[in-house]
Amino acid sequence: MALIRLSSPHVSKANSTANVMRLVLIATLPGILAMTFFFGWGTLIQIALACSLALAFEAAALKLRKRPLGFFLSDGSALVTAILLAVAIPPFSAWWVTATGIFFAIVIAKHLYGGLGNNPFNPAMVAYALLLVSFPVEMTRWTSPMTQHGGGWEIAGFIDTLQAIFGSVDAVFYDSFTGATPLDVLKHRGGLTTEELWRQSDVLSSGVGAWYAVSAAWFMGGIFLLSRKIFTWHAPLSMLIALFLTASAFYGFDPDNYVNPVVHLSVGATMLGAFFIATDPVTSATSNKGKMVFGALLGVLIYVIRTWGNYPDAVAFAVLLMNLCAPFIDQYTQPRSFGHTRANRGMKGKNQ
Amino acid sequence: MSKVFSFHGGIHPPGNKKRSTRAAIGKAPLPKTLVVPMQQHIGGPADPLVKIGDQVLKGQLIAEPISRISAAIHAPTSGKVVDVAAYPIPHASGLSEECIVIESDGEDRWIEHQGLDDYRQLRRQDLIEHIRNCGIAGMGGAGFPTDVKLHLSEDHIVNTLIINAAECEPYITADDMLMRERAHEVLGGIEIIAHLLRPSHVLIGIEDNKPNAIHALEAVLKDTELNIDIVVVPTKYPSGGERQLIKLLTDLEVPSGRIPADIGIVCQNVGTTAAVYRAVHYGEPLISRIVTVTGDAVLHPRNLETLIGTPFSTLLEACDLRPEALSKLVMGGPMMGVTVENDQIPVIKTTNCLIAATAQEMPLAPPAQACIRCGMCEQACPAELLPQQLYWFAKGREFDKAKHHNLFDCIECGACAYVCPSNIPLVQYYRYAKSEIRTEQRDQQKADHARQRFEARQARLEREVAEKEARRKARAEEAAKAQQQKAATQSDASPQPAAAAEPDAKQLKTAAAVARTKLKKAQKAYDEAVGTNADNLAELEAALNDARSKAEAAEKALAAGAPATEEGSGDDLKQLKVAAAVARTKLKKAQDALKNAEDKGLDGVDKLRATLVTLENKAEEAQQAYEQAANKPASPSPAPTEEKPAEVDIKALKQQVSIMRTKLKKAESALDGCEDEAEIARMKTEVNELKQRFEQATAEFDKAEQALIERAAKSGIDLKQLRIDAAMARAAVTKGERSLSKADNDDERSQIEQELTSARAKADELNLTLSQYE
Amino acid sequence: MSTVLTAVIVLFLLAAIFGIVLGYASVRFKVEGNPIVDQIDAILPQTQCGQCGYPGCRPYAEAIAGGDAINKCPPGGQTTIDALADLLDVEAVPLDAEHGEEKPRSVAYIREDECIGCTKCIQACPVDAILGAAKQMHTVIISECTGCDLCVEPCPVDCIDMIPIETTPNTWKWPEPPSPMQLIATDRGRGVAASEAP
Repeated sequence: MALIRLSSPHVSKANSTANVMRLVLIATLPGILAMTFFFGWGTLIQIALACSLALAFEAAALKLRKRPLGFFLSDGSALVTAILLAVAIPPFSAWWVTATGIFFAIVIAKHLYGGLGNNPFNPAMVAYALLLVSFPVEMTRWTSPMTQHGGGWEIAGFIDTLQAIFGSVDAVFYDSFTGATPLDVLKHRGGLTTEELWRQSDVLSSGVGAWYAVSAAWFMGGIFLLSRKIFTWHAPLSMLIALFLTASAFYGFDPDNYVNPVVHLSVGATMLGAFFIATDPVTSATSNKGKMVFGALLGVLIYVIRTWGNYPDAVAFAVLLMNLCAPFIDQYTQPRSFGHTRANRGMKGKNQ
Repeated sequence: MSKVFSFHGGIHPPGNKKRSTRAAIGKAPLPKTLVVPMQQHIGGPADPLVKIGDQVLKGQLIAEPISRISAAIHAPTSGKVVDVAAYPIPHASGLSEECIVIESDGEDRWIEHQGLDDYRQLRRQDLIEHIRNCGIAGMGGAGFPTDVKLHLSEDHIVNTLIINAAECEPYITADDMLMRERAHEVLGGIEIIAHLLRPSHVLIGIEDNKPNAIHALEAVLKDTELNIDIVVVPTKYPSGGERQLIKLLTDLEVPSGRIPADIGIVCQNVGTTAAVYRAVHYGEPLISRIVTVTGDAVLHPRNLETLIGTPFSTLLEACDLRPEALSKLVMGGPMMGVTVENDQIPVIKTTNCLIAATAQEMPLAPPAQACIRCGMCEQACPAELLPQQLYWFAKGREFDKAKHHNLFDCIECGACAYVCPSNIPLVQYYRYAKSEIRTEQRDQQKADHARQRFEARQARLEREVAEKEARRKARAEEAAKAQQQKAATQSDASPQPAAAAEPDAKQLKTAAAVARTKLKKAQKAYDEAVGTNADNLAELEAALNDARSKAEAAEKALAAGAPATEEGSGDDLKQLKVAAAVARTKLKKAQDALKNAEDKGLDGVDKLRATLVTLENKAEEAQQAYEQAANKPASPSPAPTEEKPAEVDIKALKQQVSIMRTKLKKAESALDGCEDEAEIARMKTEVNELKQRFEQATAEFDKAEQALIERAAKSGIDLKQLRIDAAMARAAVTKGERSLSKADNDDERSQIEQELTSARAKADELNLTLSQYE
Repeated sequence: MSTVLTAVIVLFLLAAIFGIVLGYASVRFKVEGNPIVDQIDAILPQTQCGQCGYPGCRPYAEAIAGGDAINKCPPGGQTTIDALADLLDVEAVPLDAEHGEEKPRSVAYIREDECIGCTKCIQACPVDAILGAAKQMHTVIISECTGCDLCVEPCPVDCIDMIPIETTPNTWKWPEPPSPMQLIATDRGRGVAASEAP
């Protein structure tokens, strides 16, 4: 009788990493749909492009690292990275922008650091930051939401969008379909108070609704993941609260020069960041307490960079900075273990 | 009162308990042979009291505890002890340990036994001793000797006695069925334990998935005057863990590294209480227990009252195993049980369950994926650890950090591995890290101990040298004084030759030593020069030769002077011996150097060879001088003192023979390792020479031995010596045999065979002589 | 000219002051740490076998502190080398085969009916783990034996064996889980690989 010997436990929950990734993919659906609805085909095309490129780069990297292809490709982590990057870049950016970003995310930020689970930085955010500093024009030419055009449903056609991404189109095309984002407008205010700005700017008065809707869609996806216990509430909640509180403090102090905290929560990548980026388990802090610290610092950093930094949105930079801090946070936020009166802090070194 | 608290984490695996509770507790068939391991509990193994061939009765003590934390072991049935040896035991390692194997005679005849009439009248000490003698150990899983826990009220204040009836692991129903059918035994046991520990209240912790057991317990609890509460806790794994159950029932956490008694709590398993009851009221030792036999591969899962030592196969057959469906055999539950590879492994005191699982039921774990730090393990961990951090540390062998993250608070419950989406065998990583750390600690302890002993020895040797030196000085002073006195009393008398000779010899010795040192220095300088190919080789060589001749002269003078002054004295003999040994060492060194030089192809080979030859000559000279000196007192000595010198002589010879043998061996091995043809030839001649010398030495030795034997025959027999000689001869024979087996060359083999036969003949002869005298 | 001179003087003064401060600090705040030799000695396995070429572990520890290679200790093996590399902050190198190879831990065992009672092994034992007297049978105190081999060579009748210490369930170590790569390559589950492990 060929019996076998191995360590307990001998049963396990039917659960897999691929399953986790699949749920995350499902949770991005509302956001993707909302973006497609408001910004046109561009988002979908970018996602398709990014996903196929990501799988190709992942396969190539695995091949070079002599790892089994099927086993690792099927975990779905490359697709999650691809989608997160695709929804972060402007829908009309050229294909090579996306390709560069995906290459950087998968090959450099992920596989060069040892593949899934070993990357210190969130690959999508690394790629986004790289694109933002390398191609500032392409990366800030965001599509104007359809609500801005007044006359109902008016987005760029599918063929036009394909041409914009893979070929070249007239400048007129960009003029008619792209514009500043609310955060751009709020950043480059030219001496106007927030209130004046809000009244004057077309982007803010009529366009911001679309942004609210997109944020709401991301929020829904996040709640879905939370209900499926894919992550805990600690990081997103503490990030949103921190951002809200910081913004409120400044807004309450000087409403003319600072932006309403509700706007901070609902424009830009705040919701996407809170539920899909800050909760990335690989690159964030480990313990519940650590996640709260991580989230809170992230929220403050987002506000600081948005308000005084050079770039309009700040989620990518803030996340990268916090990724850097995560191991350090881990060392000082170990939970108190059962039967201990207090937690062990810091790392046990040679001299202790 | 019975408020239920909660603990962090935990999981809800499918219970699979119903299937084995449909049938009542059955009785396992009596197997033909029972294998009873000596270690079924935590602590030291028991010491067997029976030998092969002994007849034992059921319940007879067959092994006694040898330390405080240990348990007695009794024969589970009547029969004959057929073996006391290592057999596979139920342990994760699959290794074997000492077991007593009993062949059952089928009668199952009890030894005379009886319960205590009224345990309340007994001194507590005696009652605990009675329980210890019945070999009772915790039946929940760890197997901690129960009597040790019952002593706890002596140095701890025990407020609460907790009876662990949670049975949180899936599949297992042994405790459930026990409570359903024998609730009065459980209660009786609780009363005895409460009598010993005197807690202010007793809590029975039980999971809410055992309503029948709860009813049965409630029914019997009506008649007791003890303050007992049944606390029903929600079903969550691992609520049956000792520390987790205490947290559930009292909201207290047992501090890390302490025992529950430190916070006034003692925990006992329900099975243990029933065993205590049977031991006290009927005098029955722990020789059987209830085992759940379940799993998809058995057709009739149920609980069986099983004798300790029953092989698993007997139980599986009793429950109709489908062998073709069996894929994994697990002893214990699916979460913490160990897999066994062999169905002949016996049931022990802690075996609560046996799962015969099919491949669908407990599939092989798929390959582990990368850890994505999802933190699900952390949410499930009942010890509030950071399992994923521990995993990274264990994987990276950063054991210090793992320890700092409280690795040793891990109870290995398996909740983390159960929820892990990447299928990482987390528990095995922790076990691996723990055993590595433990081994490291053991090694460190051993190293520290060895260091202490080494240092103590060093200190002792130094002290001895110092003492010797002090004694020598004192002697010299005394001698000087005596001499002065002598000189004073007979100032004009000529100095005694012996007294004069001593300083003379000493002076000579010093001169020789100085010369030797100089020679060594010169040699060294020369060697260095040869190594670096310096220009002044010739000069150095001249200096070397000069120094050598001087040293030789000094040594000759010494050799001449020493025997002249104190001929035949033991001291001198010793000196000569030392000289011979020194010469030998030098020779060896020179040989080494030569070999080295030859290997490297240096220029100085010829010179070195020449040196070697002179050294060889010198060594032989020294040896001869020594032998002469050694032989001298032997031959002319008168009959009464005959034995002793002869012994000395033979010892020296023996030594010589063994030295020759070593040399020969070395030369032969060098020959084996050599590749160059010319060198082989040269070495062969050398080997032959050595062989001749070896034979010579052996012959001499034989002769001397013969003489000794004759002498022994004449003047009383030195039996001991003879015996030793015989042993030596035997050793020579075995050695010859060994080298024969190693030899690959035919010539060599025949030669060795010849030698071997001669050695055998000698050994036989010696044995014969020995037998004559004995 | 005077500016240059001033600068030179100022720099010189500064150098002097900082030199004094540093010199003072190095004396005043000298770290009274565990001397490095003790720390190295604590890592070495204390078999006192001399395979490193030094007469004991302590002398080798001193030699390492003096700059000798850290890979000369076969009984300690790679674990010791790694620990030393960690302590001294140098590269961990494989064991120097010249000094022997890493063998399983063993203890000396004297075949007692062959022992002639010569006491040579007793003198050779660095930790006094052999019991006996002249012309009396000798025996090894197993718990004290470090398995250094030093008693084997001097024995004139070759009656000492080095017996590897057997693993018992108490000293058995859980093996490290196999790497997933291996499993994927062979396309098998974890259990089969574990059962094939010794």
